[in-house]
Amino acid sequence: METINIYFFKDMGVMFGRSMRHIFRSLDTIMTVTISPIAIMLLFVFVLGGAIQIGTDNYINYLLPGILLMTIANGIGYVSYRLLLDKQRGIFERFHSMPIARSAGLWGHVLVSLVSNAISVTVIILIAFIMGFRSPAGVLPWLAVIGILGLFTLSMTWIAVIAGLSAKSADSAGAFAFVIHLLPFISSAFVPTNTMPKVVRIFAENQPVTSIVDAMRALLNNQPVGNDIWVALVWCIGIMIVAYIFAMRIYKNRG
Amino acid sequence: MIQNEIAISVQKLTKSYKNVRVLEGVGFEVKTGSIFAMLGSNGAGKTTIVKILTTLLKHDRGTAIVNGFDVASNPEKVRQSISLTGQFAAVDEILTGRENLIMIAKLRHLKNPHKVADELLNRFVLTDAANRRVSTYSGGMRRRLDIAMSLVGKSPIVFLDEPTTGLDPEARIEVWNFIKELAGNGTTVFLTTQYLDEAEQLADRISILHKGTIIVNGTLAELKKLCPPAKIEYIEKQPTLEDIFLAVVAKKEEN
Repeated sequence: METINIYFFKDMGVMFGRSMRHIFRSLDTIMTVTISPIAIMLLFVFVLGGAIQIGTDNYINYLLPGILLMTIANGIGYVSYRLLLDKQRGIFERFHSMPIARSAGLWGHVLVSLVSNAISVTVIILIAFIMGFRSPAGVLPWLAVIGILGLFTLSMTWIAVIAGLSAKSADSAGAFAFVIHLLPFISSAFVPTNTMPKVVRIFAENQPVTSIVDAMRALLNNQPVGNDIWVALVWCIGIMIVAYIFAMRIYKNRG
Repeated sequence: MIQNEIAISVQKLTKSYKNVRVLEGVGFEVKTGSIFAMLGSNGAGKTTIVKILTTLLKHDRGTAIVNGFDVASNPEKVRQSISLTGQFAAVDEILTGRENLIMIAKLRHLKNPHKVADELLNRFVLTDAANRRVSTYSGGMRRRLDIAMSLVGKSPIVFLDEPTTGLDPEARIEVWNFIKELAGNGTTVFLTTQYLDEAEQLADRISILHKGTIIVNGTLAELKKLCPPAKIEYIEKQPTLEDIFLAVVAKKEEN
């Protein structure tokens, strides 16, 4: 077991390098990931935004946190897809028959998901700036926002790992991302929840996206964050731990 | 030293998938430095045996010892002794041939991954294609790279699961030559195949797996004795289609 520990980070580094090459050799995936959030952002800001009553005049400031979560929900679909390919092409079997730390293969994909989502999120933020997004927030609130986005990416990535490991085809590997993609619509991401019917509102106010979006919005606008940030952290870390445990169980049972 | 003479020893191996019995008491031994061919039709259980011996799958009962280590109780040591070329070329299509080899060399924690990669590229006639992405390779090139990747780190025991399935006749003969060369250097080769001539060409010992049990096991000479004694008959030897194909292709290359 000792040797495994010594080499774990080295093996993970090799796997990370491999998956990074995959990303930089298929930069079109970043385009695919960002194009629909950009379209939704344009649609909501320039078409629907004028009619949405949110209490401030800068709708894009209101909208951006939800769009960022949608971008990440888009991006993790590729984690499932790449895992599925590794599984189908026998690459996992090759790795598993070698004396390397088994979970290194998974961690490589997870770390790369963090990097590629960071790139997509940066692209979206830049475009939001062009469209008029402004934030009075200083370094610390921005760091907090980055931290929340990172945790959200990790928690969603581990869900994507479960989907990729259990999927039989590329279609089913990506299907779960669709559900995650819908969650921001039934939350405070686009409109305040207080106009929603009671049942929808109860769901919207108690699902993870609302607290995460509200926390980021408060941080970016230099407003008091209140409890939202703690609820958001509990959601992210909770989902991450549960999904990690399930993903590892599925991964190890495969041999 | 039993460990030095017997590379693989399998006794009373059983394996079921749910209610389907795949292996029913399989037993055989493979001598160090020999080529052992397991012959059987599709679904006979060949790949299941390979997966158990390469620690990818757990068996139900019986014992399997590889390089002196029990696959059930000491899988880590087994993995250090073997390498696997699975049924489908387990190569990373987005990486180049050289990058694939370097990746495996790094995962095997070798001192000079680049040098190891260059040597293998040269030996497997892939130097010209070394910096091209594997997705552009032909079936034969992929298989060569796949086998080259299994030779990184010089494992004493190499498993080849149907190494020539799907290859054209020339590529097949190339692979055969590599396998012979490998065994000539003292490596133990465990080979599965559904082609009778492949076993005949290569193997020191052949065992025939049928419906989960080994029905015949011996050298080619021993297997031939199982048939009625040979009679002398004079027949015109017609060239096989393979002979014709190879002759025609060779002629074309000379021109």
